[in-house]
Amino acid sequence: MSNNKSEYLINRHDNQYEVVIGLEVHAQVTSQSKLFSTSATKFGAEPNTQVSLVDAAFPGMLPVINEYCVKQAIKTGIGLKAKINKISVFDRKNYFYADLPQGYQISQFKDPIVGEGKVILDMPDGQKEVGIERLHLEQDAGKSIHDLDSKNTFVDLNRSGVALMEIVSKPDLRSPDEVNAYIKKLRSIMRYLGTCDGNMQEGSLRADVNVSVRKKGSKEFGTRCEIKNVNSIKFMQMAIEYEANRQVDLIEDGQIIDQETRLFDTKKNETRSMRSKEDAHDYRYFPDPDLLPLEVSDDFIENLKSEIPELPDEKKKRFIEQFKLSSYEANILVSDIAISNYFENVIKKSDVKLATNWIIGELFAALNEKNLEITDSPISAGNLSKLINLIKDGTISGKIAKTVFEQMMKGDKDPKKIVEEKGLKQESDPKALEALIDKVIDDNRDKAIEYKSGKVKLFGFFVGQIMKVSGGKANPQLVNEILKKKL
Amino acid sequence: MSDITKQSLSELVENIKSKKLSSSEVTKAFVERSEKSKELNAYITEDFTNALNKAKMFDEKPNLDLKLPGIPMAVKDLFCTKDLRTTAGSKILNNFIPTYESTVTQNIWNEGAILMGKLNCDEFAMGSSNETSFFGNVQNPIDKNLVPGGSSGGSSSAVAAQLTPITIGTDTGGSIRQPASFTGTVGLKPTYGSCSRYGIVAFASSLDQAGPMAQNVKDCALLQGVISTYDEKDSTSIDFKRNEYSKELTKDIKGKKIGIPKEYRVDGMPKEIEDLWKKGIEYAKDCGAEIIDISLPHTNYALPTYYIVAPAEASSNLARYDGVKYGFRAEGENLIDMYEKTRSEGFGAEVQRRIMIGTYVLSSGYYDAYYLKAQKVRKLIKNDFDDAYREVDAILTPSTPSSAFKIGEKTNDPVSMYLNDIFTVPVNLAGLPGISIPAGHDSNGYPLGLQIIGKAFDEQNILNIAYAMEEKINFKNNITDWWIK
Repeated sequence: MSNNKSEYLINRHDNQYEVVIGLEVHAQVTSQSKLFSTSATKFGAEPNTQVSLVDAAFPGMLPVINEYCVKQAIKTGIGLKAKINKISVFDRKNYFYADLPQGYQISQFKDPIVGEGKVILDMPDGQKEVGIERLHLEQDAGKSIHDLDSKNTFVDLNRSGVALMEIVSKPDLRSPDEVNAYIKKLRSIMRYLGTCDGNMQEGSLRADVNVSVRKKGSKEFGTRCEIKNVNSIKFMQMAIEYEANRQVDLIEDGQIIDQETRLFDTKKNETRSMRSKEDAHDYRYFPDPDLLPLEVSDDFIENLKSEIPELPDEKKKRFIEQFKLSSYEANILVSDIAISNYFENVIKKSDVKLATNWIIGELFAALNEKNLEITDSPISAGNLSKLINLIKDGTISGKIAKTVFEQMMKGDKDPKKIVEEKGLKQESDPKALEALIDKVIDDNRDKAIEYKSGKVKLFGFFVGQIMKVSGGKANPQLVNEILKKKL
Repeated sequence: MSDITKQSLSELVENIKSKKLSSSEVTKAFVERSEKSKELNAYITEDFTNALNKAKMFDEKPNLDLKLPGIPMAVKDLFCTKDLRTTAGSKILNNFIPTYESTVTQNIWNEGAILMGKLNCDEFAMGSSNETSFFGNVQNPIDKNLVPGGSSGGSSSAVAAQLTPITIGTDTGGSIRQPASFTGTVGLKPTYGSCSRYGIVAFASSLDQAGPMAQNVKDCALLQGVISTYDEKDSTSIDFKRNEYSKELTKDIKGKKIGIPKEYRVDGMPKEIEDLWKKGIEYAKDCGAEIIDISLPHTNYALPTYYIVAPAEASSNLARYDGVKYGFRAEGENLIDMYEKTRSEGFGAEVQRRIMIGTYVLSSGYYDAYYLKAQKVRKLIKNDFDDAYREVDAILTPSTPSSAFKIGEKTNDPVSMYLNDIFTVPVNLAGLPGISIPAGHDSNGYPLGLQIIGKAFDEQNILNIAYAMEEKINFKNNITDWWIK
């Protein structure tokens, strides 16, 4: 649990407030077709080109469950170490909106497909467990476009009926940093499983954020406000900070917090009231009579369990045990399945310690600078592994390796070839080095005399000169040995 | 042959197969009679020219192996028909032309039948007299100003008046059996899940079921064999072994146990109905059936349960008619205003009443007391039947508590209108098959029907019982063609 050092508290006068956060994450299921129809789900298609009669709610059209989406939800449930419900029920959530063609959303209300589970967060001061309340399947709505015309609203139904998983956390989060870690961990698990691509720019992952505050030490929860549909981690953090401070100010001012739905204005960096509890919709949930209760067998679940890959927590444990990585290193390397795959490919044929340092250090810095994902890395795992071997066997120094690495970033090239073409091979012939060193001593006789008379600091000067003359190629270890003798 | 329209479906099929009649001759005869019968207002949309062309095409290359070779047929306007307007009897779908075909009608065309047009019905199948249709009343051919029943009133009127050799209706609480009873025709509501609901404008999804309406039991069995198929496009369609209903049809029902539920002797039931029921029992005995008194203790609760469940589902099913995507749209100041005007002008009073009831019973604070309780009672009603079927093979009741009433007689009294469904509604709530056959006349000479209720998926058995009793009853409809000038 958190210790005082990193606790997120809001101070006002003599009072300290704790922030309590729960998230309802909407994650788009990775699937070729929609939850109840066969329309495609590709992002960015021309408006209304991926719409079936079912998605547009034509008279007499009926939903038919997409088994693949059910499997994806169950897999995610397994990844969240959650209870899988063998019987779940689809309900209708009734409300009118232009981009909701049926006049209701098919969702799961009382009996979700996945029950309680948990997610482990690695925070700077240790691990933290966040409870999962439930995961259910539901349809996405279409999209209303208000800014194409001054009078009319346009509706794009491509998204209508796309499968979403709503993952509801318990109110276990206590700071914007924990929210950051939670979303990233959730996304990581789903990417490992291939159940959601987690692409927040495309809206594949968004969240409703429930925020309340209470005096530190209090066991009672405060009145919460729900901030709707926030689509980036940064905005979630900003919204929480704003909202928590707003609530603290109200309490300090002796006012009451209304339970309400708010939205986050990203331009003004503030939350605004959308509707109060009294104005809340009555969704008139009831079981969808077009769909029978969804039943899954033990075999069905067991088969899916056998398809579950090694997940981040297990992988981290293995990396620490098998490769003797630090917890910090392991965390970084397992955070994304593409990174851990890359890492494991590099170390197939090269030194683990060096590979870890090069990936976490040079490679990440270089990718960051170019704003690239690991999957777009100009340097393949195979070539990075070759570079590391060149360092390990003494062909090049670490310093030269950085020059070679820079070349490799410009286009994936075999590091051996770069070393050969540019003549960067390390000079390790003692005779050649002796000649070089003799010349440097000769050229700096005065400094050599000073050294001998006790100014040992000058040793570094000589090493520098030798490296300079050799064009950085002299084997530093041998240079040290020979120079000591000569001086 | 001058009396083509007097022939039953089975006779017409025989005559076309043996090439005594062509599809064109048959289609022309029914089209002509339909043309002369506009006063009945049975049709909402006629498609006569296309029908005649299709008949001609059929005759050029006749496939006589089909079950309905070149047979013309008009269907209830609740079935979506590709490229032909489908209104559900509502203004809100007045201009709606589907690009797709319902599974049930597709099955019919696949067997060689030809669409003649779309038949009138209560708006969204909500009604028991066809008086809620945006397209006006339908006349019962039995007598002027008599309702044909509802909601499949256009269908019952058209079959009784022989404007179509046979037809299909839908039955949510009695909408096939009650109009059949009012018009002296035969109507079967199959087991829930027997006929696909794909492409049928939904009223109450957990109750709606399509079924045949015919002049006799044999025709009914023939059409049931065509329309009942398992359909992956309907998640509530059931994949069970379907009989060849018309081939397996038999009058041998010796030893069949038929239950008589005492709870169906409702207060204030006319003596004529009581007498009809007694007569029915005697006919059944004559056929060799064994009569057993049974109890269905929760029968009293069926009607209130139905009038919670059906409107609840309807209120949600009808939300899609919002003026945004298709159908009627009223102009509005903004989105909400457009919704309100579209739905106020687009839906009739009865539909609005049921949407309000449904919205109310699903509202938070009322859900448990109404909807949830209704679902529990529904289960009890189903259990009643399950218990009864441990003792009996089928159940015999009257189809309706009265004969057909006058147009306008009950329009201002919705509860008295709803009471019409008292004997048919429990069957829908339990998802069972039920058939209404004409069994006699009241003092006015209006037809009265008897209902035979079966076990789930046991359509063959109730068709057999109906077939055997039909012969004993030897019912004759008195239709004078009063509307033909």
